[in-house]
Amino acid sequence: MKVKSLMHKVMGAMLALPLIPSLAHAFQAAPATRADYNGWTPHEHWDEVWHETMWDITILGVVFAIITIAFMVIYVRKGHGERGKLPQLSPQAKLGWVVIPCMLFLGDDLFLYVKGFDLHNHMRNVPTNAVEVKVTGSMWNWNYVDANGIDTDNELVVKVGTPVVLRMVSDDVLHSHYMNRYRVTEDLMPGRITWEWFMPNEEGESVVTCREYCGTMHSGMYGTVKALSEADYDAYVAEQAASVPSVTGVASAATTADKI
Amino acid sequence: MSGFMGHEPDGKPGQPKTVKEWVFTLDHKVIGVWYLIGAIASFVVAGLAASAMRLELGSVGPDITDNGDIYNLWLTMHGAVMILGFQIPALLGFVANWAVPIMVGGKDMAFPRVNAMSVWLLWSGILLALMNLVIPDSYNGMWTGYPPYSLTDAVGNTALYSSVVVILGMSSVFGAVNLACTVAFMRCKGMGWFQMPLTVWCVFTANVIQLIFVPVLAASVLLLSLDKYLGFGFYNPEVGGDVLLYQNLFWFYSHPAVYVILLPFMGILFEIFAVSARNDVFNYKATVWSVIAFIPVSSDVWVHHAYVAGLPDWLRLLQTFTTLLISLPFGLLMLSLTGTMYRGAIRYTGPMYWAVGAFFMLIIGALTGIPNALSAIDYGISDSYVIMSHFHYVMAVSGGMAIFAGVFFWFPKLTGRMCNTFMTKLTAVGFFIGMNIVMGPLYFAGMEGMPRRYMDYQMFADNATIVSAQHWSTIGLYITFVSALLMIVVWLHGAIAGEKCTNANPWGSESLEFTATAIIPGQGNFPTPVICPEGWHPYNFIDNPKPEFEPHPGHTGGHH
Repeated sequence: MKVKSLMHKVMGAMLALPLIPSLAHAFQAAPATRADYNGWTPHEHWDEVWHETMWDITILGVVFAIITIAFMVIYVRKGHGERGKLPQLSPQAKLGWVVIPCMLFLGDDLFLYVKGFDLHNHMRNVPTNAVEVKVTGSMWNWNYVDANGIDTDNELVVKVGTPVVLRMVSDDVLHSHYMNRYRVTEDLMPGRITWEWFMPNEEGESVVTCREYCGTMHSGMYGTVKALSEADYDAYVAEQAASVPSVTGVASAATTADKI
Repeated sequence: MSGFMGHEPDGKPGQPKTVKEWVFTLDHKVIGVWYLIGAIASFVVAGLAASAMRLELGSVGPDITDNGDIYNLWLTMHGAVMILGFQIPALLGFVANWAVPIMVGGKDMAFPRVNAMSVWLLWSGILLALMNLVIPDSYNGMWTGYPPYSLTDAVGNTALYSSVVVILGMSSVFGAVNLACTVAFMRCKGMGWFQMPLTVWCVFTANVIQLIFVPVLAASVLLLSLDKYLGFGFYNPEVGGDVLLYQNLFWFYSHPAVYVILLPFMGILFEIFAVSARNDVFNYKATVWSVIAFIPVSSDVWVHHAYVAGLPDWLRLLQTFTTLLISLPFGLLMLSLTGTMYRGAIRYTGPMYWAVGAFFMLIIGALTGIPNALSAIDYGISDSYVIMSHFHYVMAVSGGMAIFAGVFFWFPKLTGRMCNTFMTKLTAVGFFIGMNIVMGPLYFAGMEGMPRRYMDYQMFADNATIVSAQHWSTIGLYITFVSALLMIVVWLHGAIAGEKCTNANPWGSESLEFTATAIIPGQGNFPTPVICPEGWHPYNFIDNPKPEFEPHPGHTGGHH
């Protein structure tokens, strides 16, 4: 039984690596509850999980690649008749080389799964104070009607600090509403209402694109999200109400979103 | 039994001479070559489409076309032809037909006539798909064909799409039945299930997956045609249908289809790694079981293609977990590939260069798949260049390099000649570097939000990451394009004017296609039926007993 060979040590050490983040996570505080999300936007949360996942796969990949490259360099054929000398594994070692790696892979999977589960709950639970915007996708236009009744095409104007939930439907084919800055995508389709929510936390403009192929002008189907400060937003609403006299009950409509 | 097989093993040796013999052949090796020619032709067409798109994306604004319909036609042709015309036929056509029967010591496929039907169905499908470039209402609904767009008039000819998929699917199903029977019943005397090369195991498993799932795909696209032309409403919400039904049916096949491509090309890597290192495959039996484990694991992951498609949240979370589980059998395969190098005696042949390139592409491609499995991460990168870069690394580039490695590996057995070694290695290095420059920067563009299937990106014109990624990617295209072109030249040169083989086993393999056949295997493959002695193993490079031959009834010796 030659299980004490170099290979087993090296590869065993490599495979133990996913354990480190798993253990680190296990000793952290209990998983976040919804109360803990206060003040933390889903896209910041997304960025954090993304970076952790990137580190996870980078470490795995680099270690794995280094070991393989080392083997490929060390074990170059010396003479014409040389044959490989892979040690015969004992039955226990054969089983061990299946069970232990699988447990380690599973450990890393579970570690990432817990992170993803937590983020999923954050991104798929709408805060109670969110305002609602109705989104209709069509070839090749984004139409937004917000809680004030303001109807715009390809421009979504929101207020910093207030969560926004988009209720979306498509007039024709599949579209997918993606907001670059807020890391959130959801498809639009005829016959179903889908939704996504986001938290504008800073003033500024960001891009909306379509993420589901929708024909000739798919790449022309883009727009802007404008996040305005409270004062700017109120001015914007007043200006819209003045220019569109048919819109009535501007002030009362804002509260309908609370019913979500 | 030989009469049932369609032809006697003592037929004419060598390859067919006349056009008629080529076309009406029932010989699995010639049929394999037909598959290969179809696959390479498809690779050229789809590669040209990719190049055109890459040039268009080189800078912001129109570069070579401003017509969205033309761009979308290239895009549709690139995806559909690469997957259905190049990769699946190269692996489940060429490798399955040419290599597998010889590797298991059989004289042909189990059903040679069915085999001929499969290959000509493939060619019909490819020709029909190419019609899309000339017909007036060309189909531009992508290889995925999602309704409701594929039910509109704007998409073009949906019937053509359905027909191509169904014809290629029939070819696959016939091929899969044939190959499964070949592996089960045509193995030579003495060869047990755990004495088969891993290539055989991988191709066999891939075909089992095909048999289970292809009918679902055929149904999903047939329903498209019924909806569009006969007014059925399977996918039409106005009459009670559901557009999501299609996505569920389509990905129920099309995610397992990823493993239909992955497994055989990893099989090629196992073969080349073991032969080049002259080493046993690490933990062979466990590796075989890992390959088999792909069948159940791959069947329950399709929702990860529809994380943002309005499916219930509990389903997304459930399938996040089942998707992550793929890392178990896949990780074991990667471990075995690396383990096969351990204490090996590695010889860096031309095919090995391509295989090593494929292996490192596979590491990148596989690991970049892990974030995509998390439903919550997918909300930020769904249908972006992150996804596009990931599946090009894992399927397109790694798969393509492994296929080319296989072609170089079996090339001496196909033609009796060797390819130029230096040029084989040079093209491998060029292709590897080129494709990394094409696909690497695009991953970062995806992180910045660049969506897939956009012909232009003026909305990101002031995003330096996206603009420079697109620019570098287009530079990478030139390197890749020249390498791929040179590779084809190397094949043609090798086939016509390459150095003649003097050795039937140029790489030092222990597998039967090299040790028990002539330089170019004749009809019936083996001079007389081959017997694997007890203890024979395809990866025993130290004291493997030599295959034995049983005199064919009525004959005293071989033909060669």
